[in-house]
Amino acid sequence: MILQCLQLMAKLCHSPGMSPVMTARPPWWEAGEIQRNLWVALLILPRGLFHLSRKVTSVVPESCLLILLGLGLGGIVLAVAKKPKYQLEPNMFFLFLLPPIVLDSGYFMPSRLFFDNIGAILTYAVVGTLWNSFTTGTALWGLHQAGLMADPGVEAGLMDFLLFGSLISAVDPVAVLAVFEEVHVNETLFIIVFGESLLNDAVTVVLYKVFNSFVELGPAHIHATDYVKGVASFFLVSLGGTAVGLLFAFLLALITRFTKRVRIIEPLFVFLLAYVAYLAAEMVSLSAILAVTFCGICCKKYVEANISQKSRTTVKYTMKTLASSSETIIFMFLGMSAVDTSKWTWDTALVLGTLFFILLFRAVGVVLQTYVLNRFRLIPLDRIDQVVMSYGGLRGAVAFALVILLDKAKVKAKDYFVATTIVVVFFTVIVQGLTIKPLVTWLKVKRSDHHKPTLNEELHEHAFDHILAAVEDIVGHHGYHYWRDKWEQFDKKYLSQLLMRKSAYKLRDEIWDVYYKLNIRDAISFVDQGGHVLSAAKLALPSMPSRTSMSESSVTNLLRESGSGACLDLQVIDTVRSRRDKEDAAMHHVLRGSLYKPRRRYKASYSRHFISPDKQERQDKEIFRQNMKRRLETFKSTKHNVCSSKTKARLKEKGRKKEAGKEVAGLVLRTSPVLVTVSSDEEESDSSETEREDDEGIVFIARATDEVLQGKATPGSLDVCPSPCIIPPSPTLAEKELPWKGDQADLAVYVSSETTKIVPVDMQKAWNQSISSLESIASPPGIETGAQHRRFTRPMLEKQPQSASQATPEQVSRFQFPSHISKSSRSKSDSSPEGVEQQELQPLMGTEEQGRGLPPAEHRRLAFSRASHI
Amino acid sequence: SGAKPISHSQITRLYSRFTSLDKGENGTLSREDFQRIPELAINPLGDRIINAFFSEGEDQVNFRGFMRTLAHFRPIEDNEKSKDQNGPEPLNSRSNKLHFAFRLYDLDKDDKISRDELLQVLRMMVGVNISDEQLGSIADRTIQEADQDGDCAISFAEFVKVLEKVDVEQKMSIRFLH
Repeated sequence: MILQCLQLMAKLCHSPGMSPVMTARPPWWEAGEIQRNLWVALLILPRGLFHLSRKVTSVVPESCLLILLGLGLGGIVLAVAKKPKYQLEPNMFFLFLLPPIVLDSGYFMPSRLFFDNIGAILTYAVVGTLWNSFTTGTALWGLHQAGLMADPGVEAGLMDFLLFGSLISAVDPVAVLAVFEEVHVNETLFIIVFGESLLNDAVTVVLYKVFNSFVELGPAHIHATDYVKGVASFFLVSLGGTAVGLLFAFLLALITRFTKRVRIIEPLFVFLLAYVAYLAAEMVSLSAILAVTFCGICCKKYVEANISQKSRTTVKYTMKTLASSSETIIFMFLGMSAVDTSKWTWDTALVLGTLFFILLFRAVGVVLQTYVLNRFRLIPLDRIDQVVMSYGGLRGAVAFALVILLDKAKVKAKDYFVATTIVVVFFTVIVQGLTIKPLVTWLKVKRSDHHKPTLNEELHEHAFDHILAAVEDIVGHHGYHYWRDKWEQFDKKYLSQLLMRKSAYKLRDEIWDVYYKLNIRDAISFVDQGGHVLSAAKLALPSMPSRTSMSESSVTNLLRESGSGACLDLQVIDTVRSRRDKEDAAMHHVLRGSLYKPRRRYKASYSRHFISPDKQERQDKEIFRQNMKRRLETFKSTKHNVCSSKTKARLKEKGRKKEAGKEVAGLVLRTSPVLVTVSSDEEESDSSETEREDDEGIVFIARATDEVLQGKATPGSLDVCPSPCIIPPSPTLAEKELPWKGDQADLAVYVSSETTKIVPVDMQKAWNQSISSLESIASPPGIETGAQHRRFTRPMLEKQPQSASQATPEQVSRFQFPSHISKSSRSKSDSSPEGVEQQELQPLMGTEEQGRGLPPAEHRRLAFSRASHI
Repeated sequence: SGAKPISHSQITRLYSRFTSLDKGENGTLSREDFQRIPELAINPLGDRIINAFFSEGEDQVNFRGFMRTLAHFRPIEDNEKSKDQNGPEPLNSRSNKLHFAFRLYDLDKDDKISRDELLQVLRMMVGVNISDEQLGSIADRTIQEADQDGDCAISFAEFVKVLEKVDVEQKMSIRFLH
């Protein structure tokens, strides 16, 4: 594969058509080459410096700074060397600088958002670009016909202007990203502009090529069939490019499925194949940008699931680094190229006309298309969105590279076009880039009164935001559920199974992944606390609060009555420094810091330079966990009677356990629907396993309460002793005979028997369900489940010492030292490389679970079981 | 439901959403149907909002009930504001929007937000790194701020009063429910 790629690259670089400059260089140029590379290396430095001072970059977009810096550097070089050097060469741009940027944007594209808005994006990309190029070209031609272009050097016909229109009208992904990243517009708007800039490449390329060949042919020789060919080539180029991208995405996903033994080159495959996709598309004159974009979008899900955590990090950082460097180089070189006056000739009418027309027609186009689109969109794009979209149509390096590529012999007015393009690029990047942020903030600001919110306002407004977010989700803003569902089913049934490792496939679902982790952690902490949470909540309800708040509030009410109303206004804190005000301020501060942000306030989730600190993810997990806990609680409070009676029945009639076990499991499942959807199919595939699991249900219960007790009895020793539950309390006579009786007797000492009867039963069931359904599938049967059985059956074994504890000393020791389990399972399992992953993940898991006060034995088991799945 | 009916295309849209949520395909939604929406699982008030769709004692909601709840979030049109209050108050009036939010707090339906009810919602909405004492004092302060009759609870009238400066019409409306 590597060889193939290199060959391809070599072919491309040496093909005479592609880069004559690179092949026909005299030896002295080599020194220049080195020099230039040195330059390039140095050029990236300022970027780091910009980022050091957030103040500068918060006002001026980096692209502006870079382009200005490039201009300055170009000026210096010009002054020193007396002739302009170093400029953006189209070949370098298209072969090396553009691909990383496009790959980065494709790979990290928020794909859900992207496909949610695909209709709008495509419309703007295709119709909008066509509209822009035709209107701009025609209008400029009209201007020329009217004799307004004073310079007689502008020798151009309609075709030339249409050609120019096609290259100048495409919104540039690099420029758009550079600017929009720093203007935090809402995500829908962001994805529409960004997606448009990526996808319009196909249109631009086709128009450019078609008009270029028309210009070459001369207007007299164009036949009707040429127009038809032009239209056909549009479909060919765009769909072909997309197909190439999808093909390589498929290949890439498939390859990463089998790289578990060569972890080190996993990231390399990602880059190589994406690049090969780009080159392959370019080679057959398809849209390379589309190819890489779709390759990135589509492969991500599978690649991320297949490659190891470290490879994931590597891919992430390498991609960001490459894209960021490319962007820097592009803007710096753009600045430096502008200095080269030999290449451009100025015509005021052309420059001003172009600027005016691209702004005007962009605005008109956006308004017209939005008018049509809004009839189909659930959330219409309002006027402010339209303004931002019109104004955000930035032109950039693509236009510049294309205009440089024009053939002077055929396009007589090339120099004029170059000058105009440079001015347009500079204008859009610098002027529009500088003003778009103030514009956005100015348009968004509607708040007229600036009074500081009271606690109530702050709290309730937050609640409103959450309510609105929830209602939006219930209503669902995406109108294509049917197809999404279909696709997801197809993906689940075929694609994911083909393209993902077995282990990864099980945990593929993001929500399920989170839920799985949290459920287990939750269950453990619940069992740890012995249902303490629930009992506390129940106890707290009736009596406590009223008493405490009564006395307190009566005092504070008095205070408030006597105090002036101004105290409530936080703005006067400086003048009236009462204790109450300070407290108020402190509370506001606390609330500000810790209230969950409503979902829709998240920023657009793509950024080239900053990898998000996953704050949102953390919040999501936290909320998710609490929600699930609550759902479980409500379930318990309503259904516990059924459960406990059922389990008691089962205790007595062990023969008929299976059905009952299934019922209980079903109940637990029903409380948490996420679990239902995911684990149901897993159960299908391995029902015998789960059934066996259910058989042991009773024993788990006994074990669970036992564990609770130990946790309660020796809270301090949990941290010190590595495995607290190795030696269970010596069973009493009653325990030996009646397991449940013994438990209850012990429980009474610590927790009210009512709660323990309820809580551990359900939690343990839910927990077991989630663990077992996963483990039994993903790992070789027997070993792990056996270990689990042993673990949970242990109390029962103790209770029948003559049979169990003596007969299976080996088993007990296995439980004590879970590393044995993992070892044995690894040695016996046929998919041994999972062990590698396990080693890789173990420390991670360890830190994540730490400090949760779990019994270490369980803790380690957990790390083990999870490691084997990921 | 409201004063002005939701447009036909919107009803169609919402109905298709309703049916896509309805996994049991029996024309009603259960709590589980709502809970299956993944975004709601990461909404701190998700379950409370789900409950708001169900009337007392019911565990199913039909399309009519679904729409009735959603109608609270319809934006208030300009011409509706000026209309005289002869007929029944539309569901999307300011007061009804506020009442919807109020009911999310008021679990026991005694038309008062007690300290405990407030505390529960607070616990849902803040991060876990805030201690119970802090939260308790925030709840106390919030109640004191709003409480006028000294019963240590927020009645609906007090709730409305304390939010009088807030642009509820805008904050509790969804754009696409025109």
